Amino acid sequence: MESSRTLLDILIAASGLTLAAATPFLFAALGELFAQRSGVLNLGVEGIMLMGAFTSVFVISDKGFNAHPAVGLLVAMLVGALMGLMMAFVSVTLQAEQGISGIGLTLFGQGMSTLLFRVLAAGVIVAGGVEKIDLPVLSNLPVLGSIFFHQDILTYAAFALVPISVWVLNRTTWGLQVRAVGQNPQAADSMGVNVARVRYSAVILGGVLAGVAGASLSMALTGVFQENMTAGRGFIAVALVYFGGWSPWKVMAGALLFSAANNLQIWVQVLDVRVAGAAIPPNLLIMLPYVLTIVVLIFARERQRREPAALTKPFERGEN
Amino acid sequence: MMPPTTTLPSGHTRIETAALQGISKRFPGVLANDHVNFDVNAGEIHALLGENGAGKSTLMKILYGLYQPDEGEITLNGEVARFHSPADSLTAGIGMIHQHFMLVPTLTVTENVALGIRSGGPLLNLKQVRKRLIALSDAYGLKIDPDVYVWQLSVGEQQRVEIVKALYQGGALIILDEPTAVLTPQEVDELFVTLRQMRDEGHSLIFISHKLYEVQDLSDRITVMRDGRVVDTIANHGVEQRTLARMMVGRDVQFQPDRPPVTVGEVKLAVRSLCAQNDRDLLALKEVSLEIRAGEVLGIAGVSGNGQRELAECIAGLRPATGGEVILNGHSILSLSVQERLQSGLSFVPEERNRHGTIGSFSVAENAILQNNDAPQFLNGPFYNFEAIRRYTVDLIQKFNIKTPGHETLLKNLSGGNVQKLILARELSRQPVLLIAAQPTRGVDIGASEYIRGVLMQQRSSGVAILLISEDLDEIMALSDRIAVMYEGEVVGVVDRDDADVETLGLMMAGAQRA
Repeated sequence: MESSRTLLDILIAASGLTLAAATPFLFAALGELFAQRSGVLNLGVEGIMLMGAFTSVFVISDKGFNAHPAVGLLVAMLVGALMGLMMAFVSVTLQAEQGISGIGLTLFGQGMSTLLFRVLAAGVIVAGGVEKIDLPVLSNLPVLGSIFFHQDILTYAAFALVPISVWVLNRTTWGLQVRAVGQNPQAADSMGVNVARVRYSAVILGGVLAGVAGASLSMALTGVFQENMTAGRGFIAVALVYFGGWSPWKVMAGALLFSAANNLQIWVQVLDVRVAGAAIPPNLLIMLPYVLTIVVLIFARERQRREPAALTKPFERGEN
Repeated sequence: MMPPTTTLPSGHTRIETAALQGISKRFPGVLANDHVNFDVNAGEIHALLGENGAGKSTLMKILYGLYQPDEGEITLNGEVARFHSPADSLTAGIGMIHQHFMLVPTLTVTENVALGIRSGGPLLNLKQVRKRLIALSDAYGLKIDPDVYVWQLSVGEQQRVEIVKALYQGGALIILDEPTAVLTPQEVDELFVTLRQMRDEGHSLIFISHKLYEVQDLSDRITVMRDGRVVDTIANHGVEQRTLARMMVGRDVQFQPDRPPVTVGEVKLAVRSLCAQNDRDLLALKEVSLEIRAGEVLGIAGVSGNGQRELAECIAGLRPATGGEVILNGHSILSLSVQERLQSGLSFVPEERNRHGTIGSFSVAENAILQNNDAPQFLNGPFYNFEAIRRYTVDLIQKFNIKTPGHETLLKNLSGGNVQKLILARELSRQPVLLIAAQPTRGVDIGASEYIRGVLMQQRSSGVAILLISEDLDEIMALSDRIAVMYEGEVVGVVDRDDADVETLGLMMAGAQRA
């Protein structure tokens, strides 16, 4: 009995951690979903996440201003909004090639966060982080309580954002405009919709959420900042949008899958799981989420049918 | 008599007169509109007639706020109006039904209409939109299901959505840019009933077309444009088609090409139970079977998007077949590469000449040898023999009357008609067994169309089997020996030209009848 009890505890802890670790994926991917639904592929998510991760943790640490985590979150959102604005300006106003400008933004975010980290924080930041909140009543549920209702506020917010995104896309004027502009900007324009304004707002919203994603990674999940700590999560978030066929619910499923894969490799190492007596090489396990990304994209057939028709295409009036 | 009310049933105020005065618009290298005057009154259908490139669409895009004029002004009821975007013109009560429908395929009909509402606040009220949409479609006899996605609609249904959309937005003045181009004859009749009702209620309608009999049938006044200028504006009383054509083209036009009797030979192309998918992986060709004999023109009629493009691409080797057989000159060609098919006597004039037929940034000569670029006659050892290529190209230019400054001119600087002539010249110089001509005169001026149709008839006389695909039923009727109608990927009937009438073909094109 003793050993099965331990196994259950481990499973509960692992499941709870999967939800927590899915948080940055979810924020970043939902933000990217809005940008892509409006027709802009933002590959700068990775860079925005890094900047959000650094700035949030810096302002709440003793190297910065010892600010309340809420202030850290706000700063990350502001930084995300500014970088989203940069992306929107380059891709919507200047009509630059979106893939390239997004990669540029990522490189900028990587370089800038590393530079600031070394100059302002001398390469070390540790901060208090964000407290877990037990939801009243619900957290007392056996098993489920400790998995679902013993999380920090960012995780609750990330999962709440899924139905909210569906609602915004389907039930608001702005959501309808986002969908239209991503499919047929000429039609939207001819109906009096301001295509540029809708795309700007969607890309900036995507930036804000990518900033939050970074903050959730540094402030909430780890309580530290490290150089390049996002380790490709921003790009996985972009892939998740494709994987999820531009639907928030499916994107959430994808985020959980990747987070679980990420967790699996940690737990396999912690528990020293052996295959035929031999330890599984950790490097192989670390590759798992990335290999999964590629495999999933190969088999995501739905992609071709549901992709916003105007994705990556700049809009110019009068061209058919 | 009661004075006419100033409010239309759709709720917008009538626009008694809308006038474009002294409008000029320049594009690089082209004066698209040259001091154009045009006006339309409430309760009037004013037709705007002209060839492609005459400046009709530019003028209307200026009225709709898509372009800004370089000179001139727009007045509504005598007051100067400035439209910086369609949002401005929509507010002023001007709607436009574009030739390429402005609908979002992944949204429902109701959502497409809701997209144009700017006073609705941040939350969508689709229920209310739906209710008013149904009321409008009932009032105008435009049958529409508000809850289906636009991609599920036929072209005719999509156009009804466009009209309801314009009415919903309160369009007092509605511009219709070639609205009949994609409709079956019956759908055209229904459209005209709706348009007349709208006119009688006090809407101002501008009807753009190049089909003379439609203009004659529908309009109150006719303005003819040519080369960016207005030739004349006349009342539609006893005007002859011949007169209108002369105004459009600037000379007399022969509408029916000579079609000498030909004795047909053996079967050159046999298509048996051909199946293929479209770009969305849906079945686009369902067991299509056809035969064409030497010296015979088989016309494929049908509303675009019913498998015609896939059929042509399948035979030409640009799209894989998922079943069936294609036999050219007695040999199965489905397993052959494009190159091998060309060598076995197939020539293809593709539907999209700029995307699939030519390379705009290449010269006329380079385009002329695009398919034969390794033929020994153009080579000198491993190098090109530029003198031979020049002679060959100049010969084609002269024989086919292609208007170009020279053989080294970049192809993108040629007009549509001349590009099409070059493609035809290139394809025919290989002396094909089978010529597939997809939309050979679409977007081509009348003069060049006349010429191209003449060339097709010459080829027929010399024994080439011709597969003619066209959305223009008049063209199909004028050139074909037999007519096959395609509907939803199937051949729903094949009729001899002499037994064919437009009514029956129209019903078959709409899927309502088989033969």
